[in-house]
Amino acid sequence: MTFLIQVLRISGPYGLAALAGTFSELGGVVNIALEGILLSGALGATLATHWTGNPWIGILAGIGAGMLLSCLHAWAALRHRVDQIVSSLACNFLAAGLCRFILKLVFHSTSNSSRVEGLPDWGGLDPFLVLFFVIVGLCQWIVYRTRFGLRLRAVGEHPQAAESLGISVLAMRFKGVLLSGALAGLGGAWLALEQHQFTDGMSGGRGYIALAAVILGRWTPLGAAGAALFFGLAESLQIILQAYGVRVPTQFVQMLPYLMTLAAVAGVAGKSRPPAADGIPYSSEQDR
Amino acid sequence: MRSVLREARWMAITLLILALALTIGTLALKQSPVEVFRLIFSQVLFDDYGLGQTLYKATTLIFTGLACSLAFRCGLFNIGAEGQLYAGAFAMTLVGLQFPGLPSIILIPLMLMIAAAGGAAWAIVPAVLKAKRGAHEVITTMMMNFVAMALANYLISAHFHEPETIHTAELPAAAGLPSFETMFGLFQGSPVNVSLLLAFLIAAAVAYFLWRTPTGFEWRAVGVSPDAARTSGVNVPATTIKILLASGAISGLAGSNFVLGYKHYFEQGFASGAGFLGIAVALVAKNNPIGVIASSLLFAFMSQAGLTLNRTIPREMFDILQAAAILIVVIAQNRLGGELKK
Repeated sequence: MTFLIQVLRISGPYGLAALAGTFSELGGVVNIALEGILLSGALGATLATHWTGNPWIGILAGIGAGMLLSCLHAWAALRHRVDQIVSSLACNFLAAGLCRFILKLVFHSTSNSSRVEGLPDWGGLDPFLVLFFVIVGLCQWIVYRTRFGLRLRAVGEHPQAAESLGISVLAMRFKGVLLSGALAGLGGAWLALEQHQFTDGMSGGRGYIALAAVILGRWTPLGAAGAALFFGLAESLQIILQAYGVRVPTQFVQMLPYLMTLAAVAGVAGKSRPPAADGIPYSSEQDR
Repeated sequence: MRSVLREARWMAITLLILALALTIGTLALKQSPVEVFRLIFSQVLFDDYGLGQTLYKATTLIFTGLACSLAFRCGLFNIGAEGQLYAGAFAMTLVGLQFPGLPSIILIPLMLMIAAAGGAAWAIVPAVLKAKRGAHEVITTMMMNFVAMALANYLISAHFHEPETIHTAELPAAAGLPSFETMFGLFQGSPVNVSLLLAFLIAAAVAYFLWRTPTGFEWRAVGVSPDAARTSGVNVPATTIKILLASGAISGLAGSNFVLGYKHYFEQGFASGAGFLGIAVALVAKNNPIGVIASSLLFAFMSQAGLTLNRTIPREMFDILQAAAILIVVIAQNRLGGELKK
């Protein structure tokens, strides 16, 4: 049981980032910036918790920081039609630099912040985990049972058709990216508050692995969360192996999530199809 | 000629915006911009050592920037230069250690070939997955980066390290590329070396290949429109594999600056993100091989300025400026009509 909780705790940030990627891509916007959003979410949460002493405000700040960075991506990719991979990579560079800069200014360190308060348990339950399950369910409901979800999927599959029905493609895509920033920002807050501090580069490639979870989960929220669990399991494997006294060099265990990601995108688990207009910039007829 | 002038004007405008951003940042930190710019001029631009360091850092970036721009130009987002660089440098070092008796004239070309082969080998998995299964190269090359770093750390710490260090044994003296200091007495104290000339050579070769050879035309055609290329008889999967391998090979050579030209051993984490920065260099250069030289110099200058000024303003400020440079360039370029795809 404790092991299961452990796996879930490790999977959570992956899961939120994967949900984030799913929302963005369902609307037709590739979001490589997940890595940077996780990082800025973690720093936002740490700073706000450090200053107010209240981790809940920290969580809100993490979400806000994530949304702010995703706004930049949306602005460059949607407003200026910069290639989505380019614009989100630029966001990652910016986040990495900005986070190191702020870390140094506020905490006078190049590696980590001072210790901050975490979330108190809810009767032995990790509030993040409870939140996570609620959010996964909510996301699945939003995507498949609401008008917003239908419209989001429409602009990701066939933006011209969606626009002819009076849906503003760019506005819907913007909302998708913003939601993506909020979710991954929360994931970052989780990372930081669970470890009670911010460390430089603490996103550690999770944003990129989450992109693989999006593919493995076939662009559905439930699937993305499931895939994230799978990656969480890979990361926890290190703990199991140690418990059973199996001596494998740590570097090989560290490689596992990455190798599994490679296997996943190689289509070991079957082919999956992205939203038809994923990654393609859109400009409405009037603009052209 | 007109396009050169237009590019130069854009570069000047970008530089002005960056200088303005630096001024504002400096003022926000309650430091004197005058002092900051004075230090930049006196200790980086007009200083033997500062200039040498800039050139040294630019050398690695030219290689990785070329690798990225070659792939980007051909429509493939190889962001795996970091891993390919480590693979090439590690392979090169291992081979160099095996042949202590060989003269430079044989050993150095051999090591360079091995470095290119190692970098290309590290791109094989993403290349084949892209060509055969359609797996997106952004994810696969990034994963290969993480695997490369973990693997290199393992190999060094478990098998090849010298006691008390995180680097391999030193290479034979024949495996050294001379620095400009030993050759001409230039840039005293800085390790800038002959591999800079190799980087220039490769930049010229990539430019010639892409715009002056039929195969280069095919590669670019795949970048503009794989469908159109296929219709006109290009074997797109095979070309995809070749593009990624070529890109990996150039990244693999990047290690020669450090391994052959400076320390003469392989050290854990020696590239410190030069592979990732190569992406930024390529983007700011708009994927133009000759532009890569200019943008490598700009990025190297910014990191050297950051180090030099670290006592006055945090050098992380320059990381932000680097990101700002990318954003300025890509947005400006798309406003002027999507040149990236051409």
